[in-house]
Amino acid sequence: MRHEVRFSGFGGQGIILAAVILGRAAVMYDNKYAVQTQVYGPEARGGASMSAVIIDDEPILYPKVATPDIYVIMSQEGFEKYGAAACGEAEMLLDNTLVHSRPACRYIEIPATREARETLGRDIVANIIMLGALVAATGVVSRTSIEKAILDSVPKGTESLNIKAMKRGFELAEVESNR
Amino acid sequence: MSEEEWLRQDRLPHIFCAGCGNGTVINCTLSAVEQIGWKKQDTIFVSGIGCSSRAPGYISTDSLHTTHGRALAFATGIKLANPGLNVVVFTGDGDLAAIGGNHFIHACRRNIDITVVCMNNMIYGMTGGQGSPTTPLGGLSTTTPYGSKEPAFDLCGLASAAGANYVARWTSYHVRELTRSILTGLETPGFSFIESLVQCPTNYGRRNRFKQVTDQIEYFRSHTILVEKAVRMKEKGEEVPADMILSGEFVRRNRPALGVRP
Amino acid sequence: MTRTEFMQGNTACAEGALAAGCRFFGGYPITPSTEIAEHMALRLSKTGGVFIQMEDEIAGIAAVIGASWTGTKAMTATSGPGFSLMMENIGYAIMTETPCVIVNIQRGGPSTGQPTMSAQGDMLQCRFGSHGDYSVIALCPASVQEMFDLTVDAFNLAERFRVPVFLMADEIIGHMRERLIIPDSVVSEQRIPLEPGTLPFKAGEDLVPGFPTFGKGYGVHVTGLTHDERGYPCATSPKLHEDLVKRLVAKVEGARDSITSCDIINPEAETVFISYGAPSRTVQQVLHDHSGDGIGHLRLKMVWPFAESLLARFKNAQTFIVPEQNLGQISREIERHVDGEVISVPKLGGDLHTPDDLYKVLEDAR
Repeated sequence: MRHEVRFSGFGGQGIILAAVILGRAAVMYDNKYAVQTQVYGPEARGGASMSAVIIDDEPILYPKVATPDIYVIMSQEGFEKYGAAACGEAEMLLDNTLVHSRPACRYIEIPATREARETLGRDIVANIIMLGALVAATGVVSRTSIEKAILDSVPKGTESLNIKAMKRGFELAEVESNR
Repeated sequence: MSEEEWLRQDRLPHIFCAGCGNGTVINCTLSAVEQIGWKKQDTIFVSGIGCSSRAPGYISTDSLHTTHGRALAFATGIKLANPGLNVVVFTGDGDLAAIGGNHFIHACRRNIDITVVCMNNMIYGMTGGQGSPTTPLGGLSTTTPYGSKEPAFDLCGLASAAGANYVARWTSYHVRELTRSILTGLETPGFSFIESLVQCPTNYGRRNRFKQVTDQIEYFRSHTILVEKAVRMKEKGEEVPADMILSGEFVRRNRPALGVRP
Repeated sequence: MTRTEFMQGNTACAEGALAAGCRFFGGYPITPSTEIAEHMALRLSKTGGVFIQMEDEIAGIAAVIGASWTGTKAMTATSGPGFSLMMENIGYAIMTETPCVIVNIQRGGPSTGQPTMSAQGDMLQCRFGSHGDYSVIALCPASVQEMFDLTVDAFNLAERFRVPVFLMADEIIGHMRERLIIPDSVVSEQRIPLEPGTLPFKAGEDLVPGFPTFGKGYGVHVTGLTHDERGYPCATSPKLHEDLVKRLVAKVEGARDSITSCDIINPEAETVFISYGAPSRTVQQVLHDHSGDGIGHLRLKMVWPFAESLLARFKNAQTFIVPEQNLGQISREIERHVDGEVISVPKLGGDLHTPDDLYKVLEDAR
């Protein structure tokens, strides 16, 4: 089963890192195939950042995402540039702290930035909350795999904060899905 | 071992013109290499393009005759990959200060442990006498037929400012001083830069009022002033004539260096 | 123990270089190749090697050539503008027969062009960009795994033939991350030392002279001038120059059928895609999605020297379709060798051909 996941937000949110962690979870711990790509602009902060991950049980040939079936959107500009066209069977997780628009497809609102700031005390882990929510909502990789991939990828000393963020993401998605 | 044993006898005679100053500088360099006691096997001569850059081809060590202006970058690779080798670069004013200027600045900044001997003839000799960055203001060449309108580069000033550990200037008249400075350069860890003004009777001298080879050498003798003397004169409020060539040691220091033999 | 990684193409290239025994990197940062320099900076000092960021790409390749003469396996990595700057010294490496590896993560040109977008516009520059006649070896990876594997091959070919070898990748393959399996060890060839008493530039039957490493007492003179077998400049002899240049070309071209590397799918096909680098991935998708259609595919992992014998393997081929991220640089080379129709499918701007793009060309061709 091929899944195409597109992440977008603004530079500095860790959009690319989130995509890399997802791809890593699939390849290293779920024994699947994954390709991660990204759009590079000249700006390192701000702007609309985009990264994509394809996950498949078979080797991935064409490496670019054409029509994502899963969106993770973390900024209004990111929504407008990379999320607005989502429709049909696609599913979107959006950070409703920062995204005001809503797509034509099914979507789940995750207050990731607010939770990161207010519950965990650090804005910076909003991406990990979204990653947790993504895994809980779609099962695109397993929960144990994403946990291992997060631990591989985050700076030393921040492991417990990031695992808390991931688990908060699981919970937020479960609450939303049960509505 | 004598200096002759450093030469490739099977490549002689050389291509330098009668009266050329380059041979003097090559001899001074080999004399210094001989005095420091380096083994041939551990010594590499590197050069770019131009008359001066033909020198390594006459020396019997391993030698790399590279592209125009880039000798210092090639030499940097050699020295970093094997710091056990002694690396000496022969270059000229056009090679070092025009096309190779940026490599010169950065080799000084890195303070890479090589010795650079620059034969400054103030002209592009090999290609028939075009103006170079060290052609004096007013100097005649095939590309400055009405006199150069550009001020010349002070190569030692550049090397000093950019960070070389040892910087000295002499001329082909000052054989003993030049040899001693090259020896000091070889002994100094880090980047050593020794400039020697040389006569080019074929392409510089005859266009610039030096009718005989000896005229330009005599000019070097009479128009050099030791840097210490120039400083003393300035302190006393005396003026150093503008056409005098500052000579001697400009810098001797111990900045952190790169590629020094462990 | 082999190990599995989820790695970026550029990082995989650096890891491949290290596995092949590369112990010197000289270069200058340039998008989209910079991750190679960064990874070499991180790793080389821990493997007893040298990383040096030079003042420009001219100096980068110069330092690499200098390092190679000390017997060290050396590489540089760059992209279009830096590749242009390197051209003169690449000719020097060819003339002096200096083994080294040059990686070009191709981006959109001319000039500054599209620094972050993919292209294959330097394929002919790699072949012809320095002055004079010569021949080169160029490899084109189409996956992160091949960024590793073909970098290893590049070092081995450089050592064997005493030439600069090019890894002509593209931004898509350089920047994407996917599964990489790193083997426990790789086959690592070493240049053959010069037999003492032999002239340093005298070649035997394989046309490759033994290598006189600096510092070993050979007392060799190396020059970019036309030189005789002693290595001495001899720039005015027409015969000597002709013999030297012909040998430099023949040592590569004579080996092209034995060193060439490719994948051949459906050799009985009448319609055949030919690709290298990132567009290969689209072609593979088309073949996968239309597996009953009997479409042929020649995927070149080595583009230069161009092994025309590979084209003859497709005995029934009527039409060759050549998607490239340029205006048809290699399709013209193919046209020189085949009687059938050659359809160039150029794509500029950085996007990859989509499977639909190529399937449409295929249907029109039939």
